[in-house]
Amino acid sequence: MNLEGKTALVTGASRGIGKAIALELARLGADVAVNYAGSEQKAADVAEEIKAMGRRSFIVQCDISDSEAVQSMVKETISQFDRIDILVNNAGITRDNLLMRMKDQEWDEVIDTNLKGVFLCTKAVTRQMMKQRSGRIINISSVVGRIGNAGQANYTAAKAGVIGLTKASARELAPRGITVNAIAPGFISTDMTDELPQEAKEQLIGQIPLGTLGDVEDIAAAAAFLAGDGARYITGQVIGVDGGMAM
Amino acid sequence: MADVLERVTKIIVDRLGVEESQINLDAKFKEDLGADSLDVVELVMELEDEFDMEISDDDAENITTVGDAVTYINSKN
Repeated sequence: MNLEGKTALVTGASRGIGKAIALELARLGADVAVNYAGSEQKAADVAEEIKAMGRRSFIVQCDISDSEAVQSMVKETISQFDRIDILVNNAGITRDNLLMRMKDQEWDEVIDTNLKGVFLCTKAVTRQMMKQRSGRIINISSVVGRIGNAGQANYTAAKAGVIGLTKASARELAPRGITVNAIAPGFISTDMTDELPQEAKEQLIGQIPLGTLGDVEDIAAAAAFLAGDGARYITGQVIGVDGGMAM
Repeated sequence: MADVLERVTKIIVDRLGVEESQINLDAKFKEDLGADSLDVVELVMELEDEFDMEISDDDAENITTVGDAVTYINSKN
């Protein structure tokens, strides 16, 4: 278990990809703070599952687009765990619409949570990680941030922004022993993709060279790798976990 | 005052790897002591810990010399 003694904060960890990452980090030995926005019961279930593995865990409610709330979430994590070794910026929302119909609010909400939220969480943990002279920041981007997607101008722009933010923060924090990398998931079986109509799903699968949707565990495995000792020398990278959609 | 300067000096020597003799109240962190922007941020963080105070980003931006740091700390204590 190569994450023994490490502590992690995972945003949006009550379900989907975030939950899978939180559980995988815990399985490998890490204590995990489980952030959620609205699904308190689901977050509590994840924390219980982690505690059952013998790790420390607690839930922390926070809208990551709110700067003050993010700061108190990070403070709470440090007071519980004394340090933060791993931050996984996973929380995200969708407000899909065609460009010409997209309301300003739909644009703003997605940018605020999916891009500004990553900035705020990264900023908030930086101080602690700089003091530690070590840290791993893992940003969950998306394949659509690399290749675009009709009907998701806001989401695509935010996820492409996350890639830029990943590279800028990787350069800035590298001298302090902090690595920053992004994972760009393709189409992964989650609540978010389950909502798609069957026809749209089949069309999607047609675009995936490996011919199937991914599982949340595929993303968790990549996150665990980036959090572990084996990724010591990797920073500023975008790892596609997308069945080959973007090459 | 002397005590504050002494403690500030120790932190700067440790953090920036400079000689104590290079440090005076007029010494600029970046130009004279070879600090980069991140070094200055870290220095401010260490000063906060050492003197148990919070230095806002706005205030921190105005701390560019050893004397600025000493004066700021004295004004808060």
